Amino acid sequence: MPTVSMTVNGKQVSGEVEGRTLLVEFLRENLRLTGTHVGCDTSQCGACVVHIDGNSAKSCSMLAIQANGTKVTTIEGLANGDELHPMQAAFKEHHGLQCGFCTPGMVMSAVDLVKKKPKASEHEIREWLEGNICRCTGYHNIVKAIQHAQQTM
Amino acid sequence: MWHSARRRTQIPPADDGVSVGSAIAHDSAAGQIRGSAQYIDDMPEAANLVHVAPGYATGAAKGRITRLDLDAVRAAPGVVAVLTSTDIPGKNDCSPSFGGDPIFADGRVEFHGQVVFAVAARTREQARKAARLAKIDVEAETPAVTVEDGLASGETVLPDYQFLRGDPARAKDGAANVVSGSLRVGGQEHFYLEGQVAMALPGEGGEIHVYSSTQHPSEVQHLVANMLGKPEAEIVCECRRMGGGFGGKESQASQWGCIAALAASVTGRAAKLRLDRDDDMIMTGKRHDVRVDYTYAHDDKGRLAAVVVEFNMRCGYSADLSLGVCDRTMFHTDNAYYYPNVRIHSRRVKTDTVSNTAFRGFGGPQGMVFAERMMDEIAIRLGIDPLDVRKRNFYGRGRDVTPFGMKVADNIAPRLIRELEKTSDYRQRRKAVKAFNRQNRFLKKGLALTPVKFGIAFTLKHLNQAGALVHVYTDGSVQVNHGGTEMGQGLHTKVAQVVAEEFGIDFDRVKITATTTDKVPNTTPTAASSGSDLNGMAAKRAAEIIRNRMAEVAARLHQATTSDVGFAGNMVRVGEREIPFAELARTCFLERVSLSSTGYFATPKITWDRETTSGQPFLYFAYGAACSEVTIDTLTGEMRVDRVDVLHDVGKSLNPAIDIGQIEGGFVQGMGWLTTEDLVYDASGRLATHAPSTYKIPTASDVPEDFRVTLWDSKGNREPTIYRSKAVGEPPIMLAISVFSAITDAVASLRPGRVPKLDAPATPEAIARAVRSMREA
Repeated sequence: MPTVSMTVNGKQVSGEVEGRTLLVEFLRENLRLTGTHVGCDTSQCGACVVHIDGNSAKSCSMLAIQANGTKVTTIEGLANGDELHPMQAAFKEHHGLQCGFCTPGMVMSAVDLVKKKPKASEHEIREWLEGNICRCTGYHNIVKAIQHAQQTM
Repeated sequence: MWHSARRRTQIPPADDGVSVGSAIAHDSAAGQIRGSAQYIDDMPEAANLVHVAPGYATGAAKGRITRLDLDAVRAAPGVVAVLTSTDIPGKNDCSPSFGGDPIFADGRVEFHGQVVFAVAARTREQARKAARLAKIDVEAETPAVTVEDGLASGETVLPDYQFLRGDPARAKDGAANVVSGSLRVGGQEHFYLEGQVAMALPGEGGEIHVYSSTQHPSEVQHLVANMLGKPEAEIVCECRRMGGGFGGKESQASQWGCIAALAASVTGRAAKLRLDRDDDMIMTGKRHDVRVDYTYAHDDKGRLAAVVVEFNMRCGYSADLSLGVCDRTMFHTDNAYYYPNVRIHSRRVKTDTVSNTAFRGFGGPQGMVFAERMMDEIAIRLGIDPLDVRKRNFYGRGRDVTPFGMKVADNIAPRLIRELEKTSDYRQRRKAVKAFNRQNRFLKKGLALTPVKFGIAFTLKHLNQAGALVHVYTDGSVQVNHGGTEMGQGLHTKVAQVVAEEFGIDFDRVKITATTTDKVPNTTPTAASSGSDLNGMAAKRAAEIIRNRMAEVAARLHQATTSDVGFAGNMVRVGEREIPFAELARTCFLERVSLSSTGYFATPKITWDRETTSGQPFLYFAYGAACSEVTIDTLTGEMRVDRVDVLHDVGKSLNPAIDIGQIEGGFVQGMGWLTTEDLVYDASGRLATHAPSTYKIPTASDVPEDFRVTLWDSKGNREPTIYRSKAVGEPPIMLAISVFSAITDAVASLRPGRVPKLDAPATPEAIARAVRSMREA
């Protein structure tokens, strides 16, 4: 079995995986970072979004070995200790979640958007989020939270 | 100030409390934004845990099983056990009601996707791979797939049921206008983001502890006990939170809890079953789709004289919760309108497909879509504004009894509609829409303002009860447990707010814990929008009992009477003195006074008798209304929702942020149901749309940017509900019928006087077809 090494949330990690092991399985099962969720198993819902070298990616649609040598950030690595990332704080303050299952992927996706397009319009925010399904909120508070984080990030 | 978009709504301030009425964030939010809130699949796994995967006959929908060869499954790498009906020591059934839902198919396959066996293996992948190695031969029979197939076979899962008032046939004969028609309303997949999942741990002496993502832990406990032939006292079912439920985990979480428990029982190891999403969509039931056949009669002003309607509900292969669902379609056939002479008939059609189940609104939305379609048809044919037709048919003085005999005593619909008509600028916008449609050849706009009146209570009387358990600890912190489950709707937050309010302490001093059957037993499902009504009240009573005991201690020690004792601001006031709440808790312990209590609540005034169709099924009605504006492209059928205005009645809100979240989320879920979510079965009974790649759930860009939600400025529920609030879980889904009506309006603009042939969901294909039908001779 091949060995993969990567930096996850600032820590160097390595592990043996099968060639077919998905990144999300490596994160959840080998590293026990269970904040990254599996919602649809088919790369549609976005609950599994993480950052690979600073870019958002669906960790259910890439192999662990594809992430070899990269820097991975998961939802667990976003806050600075007790201090929430501004996007996390905004989701809480603006009630951008209900059941919370989509939230980690939604937050990771949103952070990438604001980094890449700090002045994204509401329309652009909504289009960016097309790869993240939320079944509870109707998205309105999620969009509001991101607009708020645009000011604070 | 609470508002969702461009308009602000004034929320009445919280009474005098610190907690109730405040927009406190969801109690799990802090964990959810960090990824530390645990769902069942996130929990630590025991070292030798087995993963369980279900298997089914992939090539058949119906027929006798002639061969079940599982040798290759048993021999597959990592397999620890293979389970079939013969491994069940007790009862092979996971039905919530009338039986007929085997945990494992026994001898016959009754729908495509029915579980025949399960395999437990060391890894999830091994279990899933092994499950595919089964050889199952079925003597295939032709399945009844559609409502028409089911009607042709004549089979039903339950007897027909009917409401009848007056003489509809005679009223029809005397009326100026009599119209017949038929409407189809589609089903809906729940697509809770967290799929069905359960994990079972074996304990000593054969005890089982099941962690289940369920809206009904007591039922999972009950069914697991029956399956294993054990007393319920040896089974515990626990649920900290679900990643969404929407009704899909009311009865249909049980099967997965049972299979996980059986695997734990047989292997003696912890066992986890998380359904793959495709399997989840194939194996679990959905909202009932329905063919509505109707005749109605009205005068030239559009006022109804008679309504005769038949709901042919597609129930699937078993009864499941169809009795309540199909009844609720009938209870909401009137929506907010008075039908002087009426016959509502319901047929519970059996098809050889997965058993349809609860889904937010529980059948009510299907009845309401018919009512609103009827209003639109009348308006189109008479050339009257649809809002005026609606107003003419509202309940009112002398016209205030529903088809099932309940008096509409709290009718705020006319006032609420008047206000929304004004604030949404309906009349001006109607003119603008007409002008737009005159000026544009291919793009057409539609506008609709529709009401919602939704009955609150379980129509099955005994379900209207709840229990709670409250502990005050000697440091003044409080733990609350209750029978309701958290699926994202904020129930735990609201109940904790209630308890904080009762003790006059800060919200963060109250800890709410997982729902578990060993703390509060014999609970009813978290459903029917009644979670806070029931459990909030039970928790309030438990807290009151403890508070009264604490007040007695305080009064005794300080030579006062209990009426001099008050709880507020983390302090207890005794006459002129103030004692910290925590200090009084310690004192009570030293004085040997119990700081723990249960609380119990049963909803009053529910007298419904289904046999005689008499009595009162609901405690009260929740009201709302929505005005939606849409644009359709008549060349492609594409549709965009341009603007939505909602005015919704939650009584005195327990938490306006949570309530507005329910309204927005419910609206969008309803909009998906009526516009994009299209379940397709092929002729052999297989679901073709079994992943979000083929089943279109609304995304952020499908939702109108201009979305204005306002809470009705209520003086509080007329009924003494928990802090005079109103239930909010289900009613908002039906606000989205305004989108369906607005689409109808846009298509109708193509040819005044002609009713578009448009069924739900109004997908682009359906809209394009409706547009074409307007051009036919």
